[in-house]
Amino acid sequence: MTAFFQSFGIPFEAAWLLSTIIGILVIALPLMLAVAMIIYADRKIWAAMALRRGPNVVGPFGLLQSFADGLKVFLQETIIPSAANKGLFLIAPIITFTVALMAWAVVPFGAGVVLANINVGLLYILAISSLGVYGVVIAGWASNSKYPFFSAMRASAQMISYEVSIGFILICVVLWAGSFNLSVIVESQRGYYGFLNGNGFNPLLFPMAVMFLISAMAETARAPFDLTEAESELVAGYQTEYSSMAFALYWLGEYANVILMCALNAILFWGGYLPPVDWAPLYLVPGIIWLFIKILVFFFIFSWVKATVPRYRYDQLMRLGWKVFLPTSLFFVFLVSGFLMLTRYGAAS
Amino acid sequence: MIQVFAFYLFAALMLMAGALTIFARNPVHSVLWLIVAFFNAAGLMVLVGAEFIAMLLVIVYVGAVAVLFLFVVMMLNIDFAELRAGFVSYLPFGMLIALGLLAEILLGLGVWKAGPVQLSLRAAPTPADVPNIEAIGALLYTRYIFLFEMAGIVLLVAMIGAIVLTHRARGGVKSQNIDKQNRRRPGEAVVNVNQPIGQGVEL
Amino acid sequence: MIAHWIKSFTLWEFVKAHWLTLKYFFKPKATINYPFEKNPISPRFRGEHALRRYPNGEERCIACKLCEAICPAQAITIEAQPREDGSRRTTRYDIDMTKCIYCGFCQEACPVDAIVEGPNFEFATETREELLYDKAKLLENGDKWERAIAANLAADAPYR
Repeated sequence: MTAFFQSFGIPFEAAWLLSTIIGILVIALPLMLAVAMIIYADRKIWAAMALRRGPNVVGPFGLLQSFADGLKVFLQETIIPSAANKGLFLIAPIITFTVALMAWAVVPFGAGVVLANINVGLLYILAISSLGVYGVVIAGWASNSKYPFFSAMRASAQMISYEVSIGFILICVVLWAGSFNLSVIVESQRGYYGFLNGNGFNPLLFPMAVMFLISAMAETARAPFDLTEAESELVAGYQTEYSSMAFALYWLGEYANVILMCALNAILFWGGYLPPVDWAPLYLVPGIIWLFIKILVFFFIFSWVKATVPRYRYDQLMRLGWKVFLPTSLFFVFLVSGFLMLTRYGAAS
Repeated sequence: MIQVFAFYLFAALMLMAGALTIFARNPVHSVLWLIVAFFNAAGLMVLVGAEFIAMLLVIVYVGAVAVLFLFVVMMLNIDFAELRAGFVSYLPFGMLIALGLLAEILLGLGVWKAGPVQLSLRAAPTPADVPNIEAIGALLYTRYIFLFEMAGIVLLVAMIGAIVLTHRARGGVKSQNIDKQNRRRPGEAVVNVNQPIGQGVEL
Repeated sequence: MIAHWIKSFTLWEFVKAHWLTLKYFFKPKATINYPFEKNPISPRFRGEHALRRYPNGEERCIACKLCEAICPAQAITIEAQPREDGSRRTTRYDIDMTKCIYCGFCQEACPVDAIVEGPNFEFATETREELLYDKAKLLENGDKWERAIAANLAADAPYR
């Protein structure tokens, strides 16, 4: 796109800046819309599994419910507790929201359709998602209130724990693909058994795919790992003192993170923008559509789990992270690298 | 032009954040400014083309180490008056350290002014066409494999040592054996009895 | 033992649970589409209060104050005076609906079936003041819901 702007005689720097800003807007604005719709979908799916109807009044089938909620929240008064640390209290939701958007820069939506095609894309996502914890921790501390503080403690421990196993799971995928670049990882998933696209069809990587799905739920603090906002214990966790737009930013950021994790599941294990079956007519459908379908399927799974599994206890969560996922993922790093040494790289040495 | 702008932005922000880390009264604010400084340092790393180091800086320092700092500092209940009480008695020692650091900075500047570092004399010059993550990996797992593994072992020993030193087995704690619980089947947990009337149930 | 290991590593119990919830996902809804569909309610349903009239238009209430006396939430306030024709009537009959606990004691206490709790439960208001009902509001309720209230009373009469 830079070249396109340059053709109007705009100098390179300005053209680059312009095209980047347009690229950011093209990703961020539809993402916000997607978040609004995905909140609606979440509520509908959850309701249907509980034999309820879910939102069905605002707009056809209740489709405009999220926008009505957004408007309501927007018109509320922003309440800052008098004992709170004002600056940090207001910065925290902005951090959560910004970080949730930042990671989308390296997500490939199609062959070559990516805002920043950097070599360390996966590390970038890992780095950005590790920043996400600050929004929660700062909120918990700045609120100067008990429940948010407990929530912040839980959140930081939980996110750090699961980042470790996520790191090892990603290492398996990286070993297999031989690159940290997300586009290369997607392209490397072509043609399992000659007709399937996706690392998930690899028996060595399928357990990793399942573990990544579960870790992603823990990382985004979704049910059954939503201990940071366990309403029966911590009121609303770190959001307890928040109202109005600050609250809405948390809401948006959280769901943007969930969609990002769904997208990562799709990209790392199920072929990203490639069709699931390596069959020529399926390539006529644009890659972005396949990615959306996969994201939606994973979001359905997220909601499905939320509707099915009860919340974990905190020590169970830590046990799962450190005593089950960490050894298992470490073992699979060993297994995958061993397999690759025997087959792909063994011949070279 | 953009690179220059970005460099001065990151550098200025980093210096400012570093200064504020020292001058902030609230230790939590200090840690948060430190995080900002880390983040801008990562930005500078990206600018010089070391994207792997930059990401590592963010993942390790910002994502893990600083969170633990924050964790600890948030829990502290700091009495500022008590903290300042020993200021005068620590002043000479503090000044000594500051002077040492100043001397090092001057030395560094002097050497830098004396002439550029000989890039060609490096053990491994940065390859132009290979992503630096691959270059680092190739170097780390061939030439420096021994040092690398030694570093790993030292860290492992340190970790195990820390656990051994701080772990204490507490008696009288009921802990859960999750595997045992999972292995339990309905057949073992429930007994159907047809008890004759007048006789108690045996438990 | 081996079966147990296989079960826990394939997350069998989770798969089973998710299969169950997926089956429920496609089941018909158990809830009704509320503002458009409503549950049938019992003739004894205790909803919004109403003051009834006789068929000739005369109000039933004789200001005996039994409802005021029995009200456990002390939500009812009555003032009475003889009317020009000498009959005893209320000059003021207020119910604070924010205090009312909808126990139904007032309608049980009433000797002339004047104060009743009708079938209406959708009387939410935007301000608190609107929930402080006075005599005019209660009589208006009575006129509005008379047919339903009369039918309910008739249906419940055999059991009293």
